Amino acid sequence: MPVNAALTGSLTSRAAQAATRGVVNFSLGLAILAAIWWLGGYLIAANPKTQSFAGFGLLPTLQAFPELWSLGKLQKAIVASGYRLGGGLLIAAAIGVPIGIVMGRSKRFRELSNSSFQFLRMISPLSWMPIAVFVFPAWDQSIIFLIAVASVWPIMFQTAAGLAKVDPAWFKVARNLGAKPVQMLTQIIMPAISFDIFTGIRLALGIAWVVLVPAEMLGVTSGLGYAIKDARETLSYHHLTAMVLTIGIIGYLLDTCCVFLLRRFSWHRGDI
Amino acid sequence: MLARAAATPPAVGSSLPRENHTVSIRGVNINIQGLGYRYSTRGKPTFSNLRLESQRGEALAIIGRSGCGKSTLLHIIAGLNRPTEGSIQFDGKTVDGPSSRWVMMFQAPHLFPWMKVSQNVGIGLRFAGWPEKEKAERVAEALRLVELSDYAETNVQDLSGGQQQRVALARSLVMEPELLLLDEPFSALDAFTRASLQRDVRSIAKRLGFNLIIVTHDIDEAVLMADRALIMAGAPGKIVHEFQVDLADPRQRQDPAVQSMRARLMDAFHAAAQISGSAAQEMEEEAISGIA
Repeated sequence: MPVNAALTGSLTSRAAQAATRGVVNFSLGLAILAAIWWLGGYLIAANPKTQSFAGFGLLPTLQAFPELWSLGKLQKAIVASGYRLGGGLLIAAAIGVPIGIVMGRSKRFRELSNSSFQFLRMISPLSWMPIAVFVFPAWDQSIIFLIAVASVWPIMFQTAAGLAKVDPAWFKVARNLGAKPVQMLTQIIMPAISFDIFTGIRLALGIAWVVLVPAEMLGVTSGLGYAIKDARETLSYHHLTAMVLTIGIIGYLLDTCCVFLLRRFSWHRGDI
Repeated sequence: MLARAAATPPAVGSSLPRENHTVSIRGVNINIQGLGYRYSTRGKPTFSNLRLESQRGEALAIIGRSGCGKSTLLHIIAGLNRPTEGSIQFDGKTVDGPSSRWVMMFQAPHLFPWMKVSQNVGIGLRFAGWPEKEKAERVAEALRLVELSDYAETNVQDLSGGQQQRVALARSLVMEPELLLLDEPFSALDAFTRASLQRDVRSIAKRLGFNLIIVTHDIDEAVLMADRALIMAGAPGKIVHEFQVDLADPRQRQDPAVQSMRARLMDAFHAAAQISGSAAQEMEEEAISGIA
């Protein structure tokens, strides 16, 4: 129908307009940030007192990327940090999701565990470091442990909160149609709360990424945190800022992936 | 035919037990004796010593005010709650839990929003481990029965309330139940949608031969859907009156025979229920608002 076509057409063009505006604003925001950075770098380089810190500027930092890449430092640091981050998050999800489900299903367990979980949650993950070093034979394992400790809470609490929101009638309907307990878990509970689990993982990722860098400044000789410490000690400031920039970029990309997964697996309408 | 278990997957390649390629269903003889239920051990019983019998293929309505225990009774018959006393027998066998042979439809459709229409309809067969091909055939038949064949691939969140309740009906029919239990299933729908679903559920039940037990506070619904109506009232709840609804199908609300049956049922409710005038008044108002 022509009316429909006209309507669809105007909707498409409106969507295209919105997308263009999004891209323009995104680029403009980054450009403003880069301009402020460039100006700061210029002022530092222009002042004779701070001239030796000129490496912090925008242009030296951008020049550091090919250097670090050809030395293999960048790739190695990313792989080492990525391994720790992934391992820690995986452990956190493996522990957090099941406990979150039990919390959501059992009021008794929720009441029983609440005080200790709230207490443990408030302990800064990095304060576990000395204990982790005693317990685990390798530094890598200690860092993975710290990541897991930091990221288990949002996953656990989001899972529990998600389950608490689930319509109890779904369980009744499923039971009525012959769902066995395992099927209830895999076909009703998990899809029902997948959105909340991914939201928890997204929050956990943010925290884990923040904890990872300081954790890597202690002890280990690889990873992005170590690379920053190493650059500071060797006074190669442009390498330092390049690593900081890398941390920001990777963190941003990981969060974008999470948002994509949330959209992909969510059945909610208009929540993101 | 109790041995015919709808939920048992057939061997791959075998033909399904069905006639003329429609979902084949048979009813069940229901015998309930001395049934009682109380929520807590010290509390007053919701109902006690309740007797109820229903013939194979019968459509039975239980009418009563909110809170008289009719919904609890339905949950117990469905095996979702356990009675505190008495027994329920289907074709002489005691019921002791939920089964895909007696399926309940609730007040709201409660569809799973992460599944398409066809997946929602087929979920019971999936729980029972049916092979994909047989499951798809059954689902297609059930969707045809509720006239939603064109919506198989639709997201259930895009359907209207009436369509969603039809999907819930198909989800129940696909299990080939011997008994369909309805807990005020259409009360949230608009009058037109409600009327067409009342007519369709009755005609499908009659065509396929399964039993219906409808719990409702809407006297019109009982008149339009049931072969027999029971009036439940009091605390603890009792069945205080029984009424044969001998009307020809299809039943139209405006039909004088339907109207007079409705009036008789209303009188019977007033006379036999022995409830307070205000409760009867409330019932009347609900029935009137149902027509409007």
